[in-house]
Amino acid sequence: MSAMKAKHQRLILVLISMAALIGAGLLAIWGLRGNASYFYVPADIAANPPAADRAVRLGGMVEAGSLKTAPDGVTIHFVVGDGKARVPVIYRNIVPDLFKEGSGVVAEGKLGHDGTFVADNLLAKHDEKYVPREMKDMTEDQACKTVEAVK
Amino acid sequence: MHGFANPARFLRFARWLTPLLLAAGLVITGASLWWGLARAPAEALQGDSVRILFIHVPTAWLGMAGWMAIAGASMAELVWRHPLAGIAARAAAAPGAVFTAVCLTTGSLWGRPAWNTWWVWDGRLTSMLVLLFLYFAYMALASAAENDGQGGNARIPAIFGLVGAINIPVIHYSVIWWYSIHQPPSLSMGKSAMSSEFLYPLLASTIGFSLIFGGVVLARMRAILADAQAEARLRRKAFAED
Repeated sequence: MSAMKAKHQRLILVLISMAALIGAGLLAIWGLRGNASYFYVPADIAANPPAADRAVRLGGMVEAGSLKTAPDGVTIHFVVGDGKARVPVIYRNIVPDLFKEGSGVVAEGKLGHDGTFVADNLLAKHDEKYVPREMKDMTEDQACKTVEAVK
Repeated sequence: MHGFANPARFLRFARWLTPLLLAAGLVITGASLWWGLARAPAEALQGDSVRILFIHVPTAWLGMAGWMAIAGASMAELVWRHPLAGIAARAAAAPGAVFTAVCLTTGSLWGRPAWNTWWVWDGRLTSMLVLLFLYFAYMALASAAENDGQGGNARIPAIFGLVGAINIPVIHYSVIWWYSIHQPPSLSMGKSAMSSEFLYPLLASTIGFSLIFGGVVLARMRAILADAQAEARLRRKAFAED
């Protein structure tokens, strides 16, 4: 009987400790929620523009139709959007393979005085969708139907 | 469950289950890697580098599953004092650490062509690196508890195993809670954003790697039990000679 009791005491002790631990973890995550993100989205930049000399990261979607190459062939302009705000970006370097319109990007650089983001490095962000090369040129609807058909 | 807590009964069934798991795991992993590396198509954006997925995802899952096993076994050790639970937790640590390291390495190799960087300090990558360091700390604590000869400190690695489990949901939700460069999960309950050309070899290699993991943990548990037995025998001999 007493062994039974000790076992229950240990179980309750472990459960209470775990509950306290999870509570502490949630508080820590709540405290981190504004600071642990890897980049700002355009809405953050619009609401709270960073100082012009502060290095920040801007992440979002490269807006379709916004990508333009300057006559020098190296400088590119594009717009990063998140559905709420848009930030024009200028970049002068080699772009990663996965960088394209309608795809995710993280630009490292500084926000200029005129509201243009001057990037000195681009990181491409891949989304969670994985499709074979043959399905690349299909619209999303067609691709989904093909995926359904071969399932 | 209590039946398996008996070491003799555990050894009887581990004796045939260990080679079975290892052999099945090696065959399934080999076949699914051939499927993924040679037969699966190139991905639309990533090209051939998508094939790293078939190693990266299973090792990521097992790195996390390894710690969940440590946490579960630690709880059984602390609450029910199962004689085998502590041994199971210790046996899962090294393979869990190896899989976590492979996950980090393959992710870095994939990140260079896909993201244009080997490493960034975003939520997912950082929490996974923390998991690797937690494994190292757990292994150091477990071997210290083993070497002190009293057996009384075995509770410290168990408590650490439970506390460290808080990192597992952080890893999983890091890409949802915070903006990060790592993509959100492609697979969730019954839904897949991945076409079947990638999904099926991925599921197969996940099963294969998991069987290998199970086989390695059982083999290590048997080795730890055999060590303890040999030590007990030596101690008896030493007393008999006195």
